[in-house]
Amino acid sequence: MRLSAWADRQAAAVMILPAVLILLAFSLFPLLASAYLALSRFSLAAGGYKIRFVGTRNFAKLLIGSEQFHFLGTFGRLSVLDYLILGLAVASCGYGLWRYLAGGRAGLLGLAGRLIAGLLALALLALALIVLNAPGFPGSLVVTLVYVVAGVALQFALGLGLALLCAQPLKGRNFFRIVFFIPLMVTPVGIAYAFRMLADMGKGPFAPIWQLFGLAQFSWASDPWSARLVVMIGDAWQWTPFLFLVLLAAIENQPRDQVEAARIDGASSFQIFRDITWPAIAPVAATVVLIRLIEAFKIIDLPNVLTNGGPGIATESLTLHAFIAWRTQDLGASAAVGYSLLFVATVTCVAFFNLVAQRTRRHEA
Amino acid sequence: MTPARSLHQRLLEPADVGAMAPLAKLACYGLLGLWTIVVLFPLYWLLVTSVKLPIHVDAGPVYLPFVDFMPSGHAWRYIFVELGNDTLRPYLNSVIIALGSTALAVLFGSLAAYALVRIQYRVTVGSILAFILILAGVVAAAWRFGVPWPLATAIGLALFLLFLGSLNRHLKQALGNNDILFWMISNRIMPPVVAVLPIYIMFQQLKLLDTHLGLIITYMAVNLPIVVWLMRDFFAAIPVDLEESAQIDGASKLRILFTIVLPLARAGLVACTLLVLILAWNEYLLALFLSTADAQTLPILVAAQNATRGPQWWYMSVLIVIMIAPVILITVLLQRFIAQGILVGAVKG
Repeated sequence: MRLSAWADRQAAAVMILPAVLILLAFSLFPLLASAYLALSRFSLAAGGYKIRFVGTRNFAKLLIGSEQFHFLGTFGRLSVLDYLILGLAVASCGYGLWRYLAGGRAGLLGLAGRLIAGLLALALLALALIVLNAPGFPGSLVVTLVYVVAGVALQFALGLGLALLCAQPLKGRNFFRIVFFIPLMVTPVGIAYAFRMLADMGKGPFAPIWQLFGLAQFSWASDPWSARLVVMIGDAWQWTPFLFLVLLAAIENQPRDQVEAARIDGASSFQIFRDITWPAIAPVAATVVLIRLIEAFKIIDLPNVLTNGGPGIATESLTLHAFIAWRTQDLGASAAVGYSLLFVATVTCVAFFNLVAQRTRRHEA
Repeated sequence: MTPARSLHQRLLEPADVGAMAPLAKLACYGLLGLWTIVVLFPLYWLLVTSVKLPIHVDAGPVYLPFVDFMPSGHAWRYIFVELGNDTLRPYLNSVIIALGSTALAVLFGSLAAYALVRIQYRVTVGSILAFILILAGVVAAAWRFGVPWPLATAIGLALFLLFLGSLNRHLKQALGNNDILFWMISNRIMPPVVAVLPIYIMFQQLKLLDTHLGLIITYMAVNLPIVVWLMRDFFAAIPVDLEESAQIDGASKLRILFTIVLPLARAGLVACTLLVLILAWNEYLLALFLSTADAQTLPILVAAQNATRGPQWWYMSVLIVIMIAPVILITVLLQRFIAQGILVGAVKG
């Protein structure tokens, strides 16, 4: 009895402390320890291991040293078009910054955040252009960006399309809703193998089709882009349901009377979508894309099982890169890759939240 | 009287406002049906492959059991009878780890979520600073200078409590409930690969590598922010009057939570539990780092098939089918709950 009375007086602490302590031990502490690991060299020694501080040498190795091809990629030559794209990107970033400063509501934090995000975006764009050009070959950083940007865009388009279809007054909508939801919950490792079987050009179910086109001898796993495409298809199969589910709920919450009034006035479906549906679902769409972005950066299951990161390093994501470095006992490099991923993912997500998600909300108010 | 409609009109124009034109309807069903096939075909192919003989796979695709080929249970027999324990053990591991971590995550997460809804917290900047400094000291002492962990922790804790009072008086700026909540949720942004290396070293010290307990604790920690995020909303939707009258009757906070609030938030609790359960069941990266043999989970077993035996699809399909069957079953039967959990988390933002 006395124990419970004491517990009740301390209820405020008793209730929140377990969660706080768990997160401190498994999130904050590893985060800090990992920062130290990223700055040190890990080696096995007699009866255990030795950790020696080496400063930024791990990062130098990734950025300009022996692991550059693995992390950044092999550099190619830029064409005139690439310079044009880059110039355009620099100009639009500069214009955005100028408008922010001229808007009269600029703060120090906002400026710093925009500078970091803008510079990172430009650097990543330049990197992507350089490594995707002819003798170049992308490293795990650009491959991860391809998965994130192209993958999330594809999944958003598919999810939105399916949600719009499912929002129509049709019979059997509930059936579609349940079926479309399934892939989200299926174990990713299982999905990866299923798609490996499906994509097999000699023994998979589509083999007759490949034979028809004379492609039976072609192996998707040995071509970088087809391998990446298969990974992205598997990822889209799994994650489209998430965007579908949330967007469908948002569409069903849109103002019905406005839609009906517009329809009676003779507005086309496209006009209704552009002027009523889209503004109504934009905040939810931004949020759900943000959540998806956060998860997309962590991709590992599919590339690891589908292609083992190959051919070569063509499908290797950053998380997989970190795992491979860990497996070869290079804990410093592994932590450095992890930290780079953390930096890119955090800046991207925070920038998306402040520059895109918040703006859709402002319109709502 | 409505004017007679031509065939062209009848196909392309809706019969009345709010309905759809027949052709548009057909197109809708066509596209939805197409995606249904996209969703279900990989699952069908897994199921079919699991009853194929090697020859049915190697000689090129056959599609329909009993029509194209005679199904055989040889792969199932091999996985369950000949491999027996090698299959059963990872399966049991997965069950234990998923259930254990989910139970703990939901328990601690609900406690914290309820506290964040009903109790006002003020965490002063001073106490956070003191905590960080002393934690750094403890880690440095133990890691660099070989002071035993328990001793260093005890000294650190004592110092922290000692300094807490005086520091709070000097650095008064405080963080509130929303800041705590944001900190908890922001943990999800961190890629797990960043955290897993120190956890690996920590578990090595504590002899928790490749044990059930180690994975249970880790999964619990990873899923805790989701529970807090979801349950907070479910708790916030419950009217406060009931709890207030119970409080006047002398019920303790914890008792109110367990006897009044949790039963009222049942739907949310189910949604949250299912979601976390499935996440724990599917988890791959952490298990890859933290388990090798004894605590190996199903996804690791499946992924390892490739390395050990090459793509023997019939066996692999059996393993995948038994791995994803429970998840799909839960999803189809309880879709309403899980979808609600995802929606609450995503729509609120």
